[in-house]
Amino acid sequence: MAEPRELSFHRDERQALEVRLAGSWTKAQGLPSAAELRRAIELPAPPSRVSFDASGVLRWDSALVAVVDRLVALAREREVPVELGGLPAGVVRLVALADAVPERGGGGTPAREPGLVTRLGQGVLAAWDDAAVFVPFLGESVLAVAALLAGRARMRATDFFLAMQDCGASALGIVSLISLLVGLILAFVGAVQLQQFGATVYVADLVGIAMTREMGAMMTGIIMAGRTGASFAAQIGNMKVTEEIDALRTFGISPMEFLVLPRMAALFLMMPLLTLYADFVGMAGGMIVGVGMLDLTPEQYVMHTMNAVSMTNFMIGVVKGSVFGVLIAVAGCLRGMQCGNDSAAVGQATTSAVVTGIVLIIVTDAVFTVMCNVLGI
Amino acid sequence: MVAAAVQPGAAARPDAHIVIRDLDMAFGEFVVMRSLSFSIRRSDIFVIMGGSGCGKSTLMRTMLGLLEPARGEVLYDGVSFTLAPQEEREGMLRKMGVLFQQGALWSSLTLAENVALPLQQYTTLGSAEIAEVVGLKLALVGLKGFGDYYPAAISGGMRKRAGLARAMALDPEILFFDEPSAGLDPISSKLLDDLILELRDSLGATIILVTHELASIFAIASNGVFLDTQSRTMVATGSPREMLESCTNPNVQTFLRRGVPAGRPGASAASLARSS
Repeated sequence: MAEPRELSFHRDERQALEVRLAGSWTKAQGLPSAAELRRAIELPAPPSRVSFDASGVLRWDSALVAVVDRLVALAREREVPVELGGLPAGVVRLVALADAVPERGGGGTPAREPGLVTRLGQGVLAAWDDAAVFVPFLGESVLAVAALLAGRARMRATDFFLAMQDCGASALGIVSLISLLVGLILAFVGAVQLQQFGATVYVADLVGIAMTREMGAMMTGIIMAGRTGASFAAQIGNMKVTEEIDALRTFGISPMEFLVLPRMAALFLMMPLLTLYADFVGMAGGMIVGVGMLDLTPEQYVMHTMNAVSMTNFMIGVVKGSVFGVLIAVAGCLRGMQCGNDSAAVGQATTSAVVTGIVLIIVTDAVFTVMCNVLGI
Repeated sequence: MVAAAVQPGAAARPDAHIVIRDLDMAFGEFVVMRSLSFSIRRSDIFVIMGGSGCGKSTLMRTMLGLLEPARGEVLYDGVSFTLAPQEEREGMLRKMGVLFQQGALWSSLTLAENVALPLQQYTTLGSAEIAEVVGLKLALVGLKGFGDYYPAAISGGMRKRAGLARAMALDPEILFFDEPSAGLDPISSKLLDDLILELRDSLGATIILVTHELASIFAIASNGVFLDTQSRTMVATGSPREMLESCTNPNVQTFLRRGVPAGRPGASAASLARSS
């Protein structure tokens, strides 16, 4: 099938260059290098004119057009007249079409890679802008909650129940798995240290307090930020792309009340429950290590846990969980509402929702810890 | 109305339903269109035309309050929409219906629920009565029996018609259409044009079309405004046919004749105008 392509350059005594092409000029055969073509035009000196003889070409595609176009451009640069007569008619027309619109100059410079200082400055400005939209959004959601409490929010009960199912019951599986493993890990790490002075039974205290005060709420928060926050951002972002949000607005229905409120309310209600559930599953994970490896009896483990973990610890975790729920919902919905108008923007919104959600959770957790420390609880 | 060069701040006509006054639209520093002033009569089919990316949809979105103008105002029935507080705006929006480019049906709701939602929000009808009205609206756009389908399960043309049923749900006085024939085959788009004419005649609604579809422009529009990308402002108002015949702006002529210079026999748009 593949006849080799042939390319040769012939100059007559008056320095007229004839480019002879033969064989199969397809992309499968590859293209002659730009340097080879440049040499042919430049060496020993630019020719007086350039013409083509393509009578031997058996088949061609855009490979031939590209080569001819390159040669024409090289010749034009040196103001050498070009004669396209010897080429297949289709090639001549394609070359003419490619040259019909001159290379764009001036109209919009392509973006240059900004320098380090510029990037830093842009980053700071972007962070500032980000904070500047976050606050009004938070305010709007508070107003939406107020409207809900006053009983005049335009929200469909179905949406609320669907959101509750999505971020409640459907999340149980992943929350169980992660909490159980976190409980196991905490118990393992604790056991290794406590064994050194024979106080292995305190593993129960360690796991119990760590799960209820910190890990239960935080791990659930992170799971929900990745799972539900991302899905909120994607859902709302997509609705932005398909103009569904605009359609709501033109009916005078506030997207805050119609879309954000049910999601926020659902997460706010479900997060404390999930946190409590995670606490217990985590403690069960600790018990597996305690009973299985440290030769504690289940009764011992449970008794120690009950003595160590106070109601205050539970309450701290549950309150954190609710706050995290609101933060995740706000981050997800905000990023969705900020989404641009194409599908790439939906991807960015989703990523950003997860990152924002996790950052907010960790920062808030730190604030909580300091506050509890100061208050002595 | 005679196609003529635009006088800035043209006086509002007494029978004007909608008035655009000295409107500038901008995204940040970038001015999309400036000094738009025109009025739209009641029960008119008014077309906003111009090349791609000239700001037609931006103008529609500004008229709907989805974007805020940089300057100037939009008046409905003599009342400024732009300056109105949010609650008053919502009241004015209730008299408008919009068909978005891709239909913009709420994807988590069935077609019937889509049409029913505005009725649930703004009327005191019971659920049986709403179902009745929804059935009628869907039948009007030829989607009888499709009430339980989700938007994802129907074709693009059907989605558009369902979007129209939703736009008509509250019997609006003003209907906006964003590129109604985009993505439709010639026959579906002709049917949609007929439907638009039918709606105007039966409901007496004022209809605003954003389009660059010449066939539709000449077939149904009775008045229009031409937005010019180069000068970033409006360069002609009046009926499209009169624009074609007497407007001297070369960009308007090129647009309405599909790039064929004026005076050449068989200019496609001119023949379209004659045939329809």
